[in-house]
Amino acid sequence: MSFDKQLVALYTILRKGVVRILRIWPQTLLPSIVTSVLYFAVFGNILGSRIGNFNGVPYILFVVPGLVMLAVITNAYMDVATTFFVSKFFSRNIDEILVSPTPSLIIISGYILSGVVRGTAVGILVLLVSLFFALPSIAHPLVAILFLILSSLVFALAGLINGIYAKNFDGISIVPTFVLTPFVYLGGVFYSIKSLPPSWQTVSLFNPIFYIINGFRYGFLGTSDVSPLTCVAVLLGLMLVLLGANWYFIRTGLGLRQ
Amino acid sequence: MAQDALLITDLKKKYADGPEALKGVSLTVPAGDFFALLGPNGAGKTTIIGIVTGLVTKTSGTVSVFGIDTDEEPERTRSMIGLCGQEINFDPFMKPRDILVNQAGYYGIQRRIAIPRAEKLLNDLGLGDKFDQIGFKLSGGMKRRLMIARALIHEPKFLVLDEPTAGVDVELRRSMWEYLTTLTKGGITILLTTHYLEEAERLAKHVAIINKGEIVANGTMEEILALHDPSTSLGAGGYSGGKLEEIFIKLTSNNS
Ligand SMILES: Nc1ncnc2c1ncn2[C@@H]1O[C@H](COP(=O)(O)OP(=O)(O)O)[C@@H](O)[C@H]1O
Ligand SMILES: [Mg+2]
Repeated sequence: MSFDKQLVALYTILRKGVVRILRIWPQTLLPSIVTSVLYFAVFGNILGSRIGNFNGVPYILFVVPGLVMLAVITNAYMDVATTFFVSKFFSRNIDEILVSPTPSLIIISGYILSGVVRGTAVGILVLLVSLFFALPSIAHPLVAILFLILSSLVFALAGLINGIYAKNFDGISIVPTFVLTPFVYLGGVFYSIKSLPPSWQTVSLFNPIFYIINGFRYGFLGTSDVSPLTCVAVLLGLMLVLLGANWYFIRTGLGLRQ
Repeated sequence: MAQDALLITDLKKKYADGPEALKGVSLTVPAGDFFALLGPNGAGKTTIIGIVTGLVTKTSGTVSVFGIDTDEEPERTRSMIGLCGQEINFDPFMKPRDILVNQAGYYGIQRRIAIPRAEKLLNDLGLGDKFDQIGFKLSGGMKRRLMIARALIHEPKFLVLDEPTAGVDVELRRSMWEYLTTLTKGGITILLTTHYLEEAERLAKHVAIINKGEIVANGTMEEILALHDPSTSLGAGGYSGGKLEEIFIKLTSNNS
């Protein structure tokens, strides 16, 4: 397939994904916004005043980047895991791409990109909603944008692996519920690890999501629990590992050809 | 000599968690042919089609499409084939025109070319008023025709139809036959599997009968019909099945 035809195929898969996100926006865009509004209301107005300043900033400003990242991670992940799983298992309409000359690399890229679009879009929406509760300053906009997009990419890649391995609908809910969500919450969405006992601080350092949330938060507040360079390194490292895993699936035909 | 549309030699398939579905199948579909592949349920028809179209991996053997090996240049062979699979497999939440235009995209065809082409195909297949009807709301026969239209959107030279008329009413089936006949007149090669032997008898130039992963008869329609043995014909007892049906039953039932 020539390069320009591959671009058409990639555009087609991405467009299909984005049209789906927009068509079922109450399932794809709205839930994170609703939960974020609740969190903002609780932490900003109800509890925020009692917590007072946290690491030198009002608590709401501390928690906004965490909640944005929570939305980015879950949406990027679930978008790819669900669409890929449904199209291979439920309607089997992945076959319509598999009979075409579109190479596996393009197929995967299309699914991943639509996950990136959803993760990034929901992240931006949650950020916009937060403006009703507080006016976050963005100390390092480029760092924030880098983390926003690359985290969407990382978790879209992870979601694809989940989608490939899932054998039934439980398969795409077990990992998000019992692995991803705990890692995100314990990764410092709501707190700085400095508030933890030393042993738990050490445990947190083994959670890659901790670095991602901190890196993103550094983009807003200009401060973080660990060096922002370490955060970038973890993010890129994670991305390389996941790209490698996905490359393996491309070589082996995505586990789709029987 | 024209290149054969499909050349399969000694094709074997053992599913990872299943049976040996193909035990050394060889088949030739000449270019421009209307070829019917017949066989009872589970004989291996869909497996052959899956291997030819790239949905199933083969265990051994070779497959070439218009002289091109499917292992060596799968992208080229896939571009030449249009598949209308056995199961309805379009996204049920999408509309026919979008389904076709997306399918074209997977072959690298841009939307501005694909949209008029999709509309023409849908019109030709009697779906002219269903461009924007959500997929799952189409009737069974409409879904089938949509699948055929989707298989043709990239203008393949070789159309593969896996039981396209299953569950389609008689009248519609006849109009589908007519449509398929005009396609072959236009130079498209067709490989068809079917349960309706009358359909094969009417349409096909060549026939192969497969049973339990092995080809048990293969030839032109005349050659296959010549296998018919009037002395053992069931027709005398008032049974009015076609000759092909009797041959089929004989070849696929006595060696179980
Ligand atoms: N994905 C699969 N995994 C395991 N076995 C399969 C699979 N698909 C088909 N089979 C088996 O292979 C044999 C041939 O099936 P198939 O090619 O679908 O036959 P047909 O299309 O002629 O009805 C059957 O025994 C069927 O159960
Ligand atoms: Mg079949």
